[in-house]
Amino acid sequence: MKPILEVKNIHKHYANHVALKDVSLVVEPQKIFGLLGPNGAGKTSLIRIINQITGPDSGEVLFNGERLSPKHVDYIGYLPEERGLYKKMSVGEQVMYLAQLKGLKKSDAKAKLQHWFKKFEIENWWDKKIEELSKGMQQKIQFIVTVLHEPKLLILDEPFSGFDPINAQLIKSEILELRDKGATIIFSTHNMGSVEELCDNIALINKAEKLLDGSVKEIRKNYKSNTFHITFRGNLVGFINALWAGAELLDKKSDDDVHSVTVKMLRQNKPNDLLQAVLNHAEILSFQEIVPSMNDIFISVVENKTTVNTQSSFTE
Amino acid sequence: MNKLFLIIQREYFSRVKKKSFLIMTILGPLLMAGLMIVPVWLAMRDKTEHQILVLDHSGLFIDKLPNTKQIKFTYGAESIQTAKAKLKDGPFDLIMEIKGDAINDSKTTPVLYYKKQPGINVEQYITNTMENILFDYRLQGDSIDLNKIDKARRPVEILTLKVTEEGKDEKTNTEINMAIGFGCAIAIYFMIFLYGSQVMRGVIEEKTNRIVEVIVSSVKPFQLMLGKIIGVALVGLTQFILWIVLTLIISTAVNTYLFKDQIADTMKHNSQIEKVMKDDLTAGVDKMEKINSPNEVIDLFNNFNNINITKILVCFAFYFLVGYLLYAALFAAVGSAVDSEADTQQFILPVTIPLIASFIIAQSVVTDPDSSMAQFFSIFPLTSPIVMMVRLPFDVPGWELALSMVCLIVGFLFFTWIAGKIYRTGILMYGKKTSWKELGKWLFYKG
Repeated sequence: MKPILEVKNIHKHYANHVALKDVSLVVEPQKIFGLLGPNGAGKTSLIRIINQITGPDSGEVLFNGERLSPKHVDYIGYLPEERGLYKKMSVGEQVMYLAQLKGLKKSDAKAKLQHWFKKFEIENWWDKKIEELSKGMQQKIQFIVTVLHEPKLLILDEPFSGFDPINAQLIKSEILELRDKGATIIFSTHNMGSVEELCDNIALINKAEKLLDGSVKEIRKNYKSNTFHITFRGNLVGFINALWAGAELLDKKSDDDVHSVTVKMLRQNKPNDLLQAVLNHAEILSFQEIVPSMNDIFISVVENKTTVNTQSSFTE
Repeated sequence: MNKLFLIIQREYFSRVKKKSFLIMTILGPLLMAGLMIVPVWLAMRDKTEHQILVLDHSGLFIDKLPNTKQIKFTYGAESIQTAKAKLKDGPFDLIMEIKGDAINDSKTTPVLYYKKQPGINVEQYITNTMENILFDYRLQGDSIDLNKIDKARRPVEILTLKVTEEGKDEKTNTEINMAIGFGCAIAIYFMIFLYGSQVMRGVIEEKTNRIVEVIVSSVKPFQLMLGKIIGVALVGLTQFILWIVLTLIISTAVNTYLFKDQIADTMKHNSQIEKVMKDDLTAGVDKMEKINSPNEVIDLFNNFNNINITKILVCFAFYFLVGYLLYAALFAAVGSAVDSEADTQQFILPVTIPLIASFIIAQSVVTDPDSSMAQFFSIFPLTSPIVMMVRLPFDVPGWELALSMVCLIVGFLFFTWIAGKIYRTGILMYGKKTSWKELGKWLFYKG
């Protein structure tokens, strides 16, 4: 499938620092693309370039195969991290204004807004002023404004900040629904849990450079370190003695006679070899391969470590 | 283009709908009408008639003090004690006692007894008339012919005539020129300040509300800036027109209600003036001097005819509009570079200095409208909107006016371009104190 967005060799520098250094990305349509990176990595610079708020020093951005131009603005929806609304303006006037700025006709905007307000059950907010609403309520309005014009590409910068868990869940399901209806979503966040939950593909940027990109599944597979988590009932010493030279004990925890250990396979040994070795010494309750979380991968890549330290979390 | 219109619309209506706009719009004309009406009203209120009983022991002033509408003199010979009793029960509210030897005193000191203090006007009137009367008496005492004195004492009044290109003489009046020029300059000065800072506050509001990034993902920052500037300009225009209309309505209403008599008087007076003016037109300017007191008013009329009102109005509109646009762009740039209104001080000063300076320069320009300083500052774009308006009624050469206008337009384009560059970067900068050096760097960022 033709990518909806291609970022090609973008360079951007400001007076005394480089914001982006030769960054290239490909975003496939109808996927959720995670743009990750620590603070100040250059994510916002890149997002602003895609939104044509600023321009790159060199390189180009293609939208649907065409060079990015002002006409594409109406196909993009952007929820910035630094976001807000006119406090003194009424909700209705405000959403109508922002919708029309995105190129919607007045009547279309009105119909679409009615649909969304009904969906979120906030019809009675129309005449309220923004300053009368709570932060979470304002975020809802902001989300509606971002998606109202049915953008082909939706760019969400930390979309869940300011939402309580219930509303965060609501927004999450809306994002997934939008994707299923054909939208592509670029999703920038520090919340790695939501990355694993939502993203199909990611790119990781640090210090102006892209360090990593690909599908979340692939990346996590690539970062597996052949480590296993075993819980068993029996004698811990006997179990450890039974571990032969092909495996290394990384961690152990005990609760009465139930023990859980983390074992790393050395060389190209298979898990079955390990199981066979310990089977006679303990009653195996669970045996699970440790797949590194995006959080672990993020930290190790940013800190430029060769191996992923998986001890911080146990997942799957 | 459509989006620019949307922005202008929002900027306009969000301001016009505000309560403060309504209050200012109503309060402004009330204040202005007040300024026009109160003095007249006060003058009218002071029309209490003064009945003065004159006890003249010198006999010099008996039946000599002329009565006026408000001051009536009655002459008596009773003692001061009996007179004082009359003060208590009326009809007199003032008693003036004049000593017997008034003519020889180096200083005549009449004594005025009162129940209620008379205004300074009454005292002034009495002093002046008595001085004149004594003056005449003394001259007569020295046997000098009063007619000769009258002949010797004649007023001088300058008639300034401008020789036009065609060699015709035209009457000019410096004071009216000054008033018109200054009036326009003050209007421009205040409007630039008032609405320029509204633009600045609007930009800061968008920044602190954090809505600006949402909007610039739909429109170009320059469009947003321009839309705001034009929107506020329209607000200013609306307010200006409403002020004028309301002021006229209020003052007319008050005038008809409160000052019916005066208006009838003025009408009669006006018809007289018209008649005189007709005569005057046929008789030509040479004969002007023959007509005496009411022709100050006629001079005024003639001057309004001579000063090219259309030219002044067109120029006023031009300098007002382009001057505002230029400064509003700078105000917008200042607003974009800061996080809150409290931080504007360091950047606002360089913007307001030329504005304030031009106002100071304007005052010296009035005294010498063709000096080289006046020429320079009426062409320099940051000062020309104000300085040129002051110079304009004194007939500025066409080429200077044209040059000044071209410079202002070029200046407007230049400063708006610079402001746009600062604005574009500034609106997306949060939480950082901006320095002048940084502001300079922003100019060279690539769009």
